[in-house]
Amino acid sequence: MKVKVISRIEEEYTRETKSEAIKIHRNLDPRLRPMHRATEYKRALNATKLDKVFAKPFCGAFEGHSDGILSLAKNTQNLKQMASGAADGEIRVWDCPSRKALRILNSHSGAIRGLSFDRTGGKLVSCSDDRSIRIWNVPEAELGELGSRETRREERPAMVVAGESAYRDVDCHWGKDMFATAGNCVDLWDMNKDAPVSSFEWGCDTVLSVRFNPAEPEIFASCGSDRSIALYDCRTNTPTRKLIMQNKCTKLCWNPMEAFNFTVANEDCNLYSYDMRKLNVSTCVHKDFVSAVLDVDYSPTGREFVAGSYDKSIRLFDFNSGHSRDCYHTKRMQRVFCVKFSMDGTYVFSGSDDFNVRLWKAHASEKVGTLLPREKRKMQYNEALKDRFKHMPEIRRIANHKHVPKSIHKSAKLRRTMTDAQTRKKERRVAHAAPGAHKKEFKPMRKERIVEELE
Amino acid sequence: MTRATLPGVVPVENDDENTKKKNNKKNNKRKMKTKIAAKIIDEELHTLKKKYYASASGRSLKETISSKKDTIISDKKTRGKFERAMELDESAALENARRERYLSMEPSGVLEAETEKGERTWRFQQSEIIAHVDVNAKKKAFDLRLEGSGPYRSVDFSPNGQHLVIGGSGDGGHVANVEWNKHKLLSEIYLDENKDDENMREVGVIPAVKCVKYLHNTEFFAVAQTKYTYIYDKRGLEIHRLDKHRDVFAMDFLPKHFLLTTVGREGIVRWQDTTHGEIVAEHRTKLGKCSVLRRSEYNAVTHLGHSNGTVTLWSPNQGQALVKMLCHRGRVNALALDQSGRYMATTGLDCQIKVWDLRKYQELHAYYAPTEVKAMDISQRGMLAISYGSRVQIWNEALTTKAKSPYLNHQFVNGSKVFDVKFCPYEDVLAVGHSKGVTNILVPGSGEPNYDTFVANPFETKNQRREMEVAKLLDKLPSEMIQLDPNAIGQLRDVPKEVQKERREAALRAEMEAKMKQREKNESKTKMKGKNRASKRYRKKQINVIDDKMMAKLEAKKAREEGYKKRANEQGRAKPGVRAGAASDAPRKPDDAPDALRRFYK
Repeated sequence: MKVKVISRIEEEYTRETKSEAIKIHRNLDPRLRPMHRATEYKRALNATKLDKVFAKPFCGAFEGHSDGILSLAKNTQNLKQMASGAADGEIRVWDCPSRKALRILNSHSGAIRGLSFDRTGGKLVSCSDDRSIRIWNVPEAELGELGSRETRREERPAMVVAGESAYRDVDCHWGKDMFATAGNCVDLWDMNKDAPVSSFEWGCDTVLSVRFNPAEPEIFASCGSDRSIALYDCRTNTPTRKLIMQNKCTKLCWNPMEAFNFTVANEDCNLYSYDMRKLNVSTCVHKDFVSAVLDVDYSPTGREFVAGSYDKSIRLFDFNSGHSRDCYHTKRMQRVFCVKFSMDGTYVFSGSDDFNVRLWKAHASEKVGTLLPREKRKMQYNEALKDRFKHMPEIRRIANHKHVPKSIHKSAKLRRTMTDAQTRKKERRVAHAAPGAHKKEFKPMRKERIVEELE
Repeated sequence: MTRATLPGVVPVENDDENTKKKNNKKNNKRKMKTKIAAKIIDEELHTLKKKYYASASGRSLKETISSKKDTIISDKKTRGKFERAMELDESAALENARRERYLSMEPSGVLEAETEKGERTWRFQQSEIIAHVDVNAKKKAFDLRLEGSGPYRSVDFSPNGQHLVIGGSGDGGHVANVEWNKHKLLSEIYLDENKDDENMREVGVIPAVKCVKYLHNTEFFAVAQTKYTYIYDKRGLEIHRLDKHRDVFAMDFLPKHFLLTTVGREGIVRWQDTTHGEIVAEHRTKLGKCSVLRRSEYNAVTHLGHSNGTVTLWSPNQGQALVKMLCHRGRVNALALDQSGRYMATTGLDCQIKVWDLRKYQELHAYYAPTEVKAMDISQRGMLAISYGSRVQIWNEALTTKAKSPYLNHQFVNGSKVFDVKFCPYEDVLAVGHSKGVTNILVPGSGEPNYDTFVANPFETKNQRREMEVAKLLDKLPSEMIQLDPNAIGQLRDVPKEVQKERREAALRAEMEAKMKQREKNESKTKMKGKNRASKRYRKKQINVIDDKMMAKLEAKKAREEGYKKRANEQGRAKPGVRAGAASDAPRKPDDAPDALRRFYK
């Protein structure tokens, strides 16, 4: 006879003193966890709901400007630093953690349309409606300076370049001491010279935006008032390619991780992503805004971007999704002229017409600060669950719901009826036309807005 | 091949073969040994792994998909996703199997007889088993003699197996909550309900306690009494009286959904949420009074055994039974379900014990008992306990195969009667409620030796219990999710391609037919709508026919009109229907005045 019975000695399964860690025993047998799938679904639902509960994206405002903010610049070398330029010609360099201005740079007499830190983070280039470009030495925060009540003003830039026309935008080269400006033409400048190295013209009277490619630094692109997007190479003297769209593009931003992809903010309420190598079709149309999109900026990860619009809202998009992931707005925020993603990809800045620079979290419900390992694991588990059950109707409904102001909600509704009517009409025209007659009319959205491509 | 499917196994190195030729033979031998060892481990892992596949059917996603010949995914992206899912499934199962090998430290209980010597396990007495086990295990077998307050019709273990609640019916009713492992009485209630109620006394001896059941942890238990059902806390204080649950004979608790389900004299099955107290559903079984109720741990469906021999499966979401099975001739006495949800054992008035496959709803095997079996239970590791008369029998592997002989036998004193048997979770113990008290007997190998701290913890502290309660409440499932297939949640319903095509074609056909019909109708119709009715045609004709009747009518009309005119002229009053301003003092109308100026005169 051989007998053995389960006999657990309590001392072996429990801790002796309270200072010891609690002993944990695991048995992974799925039979001990019946209805596990349903439980996980419930957890996913709870996680989705909690995301909405904890969605508090607004972190704070940077106050001090006395006119609408028209431009923002982030320092690529210093996570804490950021600069903003207002319509009254004032530039403020901010210390982000304390939300205080380090310096007030007060020398322009026109609205600041473009601001850019150079690749070393030591210089700031500003351009303005007053036909001048000014280069500033970026101040280091001195000990005790942030505590003082008065912010030091500075009125003397390191360099002043007088140009011929009002400048709309400026961007610094990612590899050299160069920068490009957009005005009545695109000019390429050396940091140390007061005349442009070269200038590019392709039949448009005002260039609105210019951006260097961060991964392929010799290439840059511009948007013009003739509804064009143009691509340039620093090594040649002529623009390489040009694309005309139906509406004007306001701003442009390159994907920092995929050198050939860029996104433009368009006045027809949409954003368009393009592959530089294939301009006859956009890779993705990002919808959801109800008024002209005024600025766009990519996260350093290249997986998401932020855009600000004339409809007083900011939206966050995944780089390949047609609709926004989230929408930020406040009662007091006016038209958003400029947005920037922070260099660590966790925050978003916005500058608007109500004299304020605002700081938002890039993920509305994310916990700020360090996470305990257990907390981190839990978050990861929740993320995985949400992803697993994202197509379930209830979860999708909660996850997709965004509260927007009444005005946006109404005009979105109106826009939907209009677009629906247009598509319906198109469909009917195609259905009743002779075979092949109206084929041209029924283009996909990704091609529809493109007028022509020039080389 | 084995290497490819089992990425975790380290292949035997081949490098040293060229460098050390001297010890070649020895090396080869060693290699062979390691290879064999690795193979054994492989096989072991392979069998362990099956338990952990997501489909829970012992088949990997790969096997499931490849068995369906026509599911060739043409879309590259979807195919890639599927392949990744398959790999994940495989690797997760393997990882879990590997973990299990290291985690499962405790072996399960055993009872082996030396058959050569003529020993049989079913001949072993409890006294012999107790004599052979260690001191700690000896304490687990005990006999509570409570002759005055018996019979004990219901016993129940808490989910972690540490607490035991017993309900005795005699002498006014007795309920005791015991921490049985420590031989500690936590609370005791004497109901004395019969003594106060005169009606009851007249009827005779009616058992006061019919069923006892723990709720989600050791803190609360429910007691079904003669009239109502009550909830007590562990100190024996009455927390709630559930008025809706009248004359309850059997009940169970669904821990994942926090539902207390009862059935009784009325034959109405009710589910009550114990978190907010609402009755979630009540369904009339229409099969008379019912005293057999068990929940399935696999899918939380409630199984009822009725007096006409049927077993019905109920979910709170459907007014009809999900499944009706005719299991026995005569009343169903007891039923039990195993943990995996595959097997159900039933017994009835016909003295048969039947094992059913719950996937096909078919009988697997039947056993005969000498007399009516009154109570039944299945342990965590699939042992079946039955009781008839004063005897308890335990059968091992009687569900999967047709067993030849019982595993254990236990005989109570002649004259006593067994009413309820319950296996203790995570222990090798069976609690027996009989007419003279409650007895715990040892059944080696019945319980799960390895518990999970986060599922049910026998050694839980106060804080752990509280945390677990919160965690369980957060994961509480809505009652709408109770259905036969618990894995259907979060899945898409797959409509076969042929059916899709058929449906599409049918829709198209119907549309075409409707169109044709309309066209035919349109073409056949030439006349104006609504003008061609027979009655209308007849009436139209009649207007132009002038007969005597019509003539009389016309003449009468003419005369009437003339009469009006005459009177109007005489009295200066207007014809009826013409407004003339009779009350005004306008001049009388001269005869020669034109008719158009009438309104200016009286």
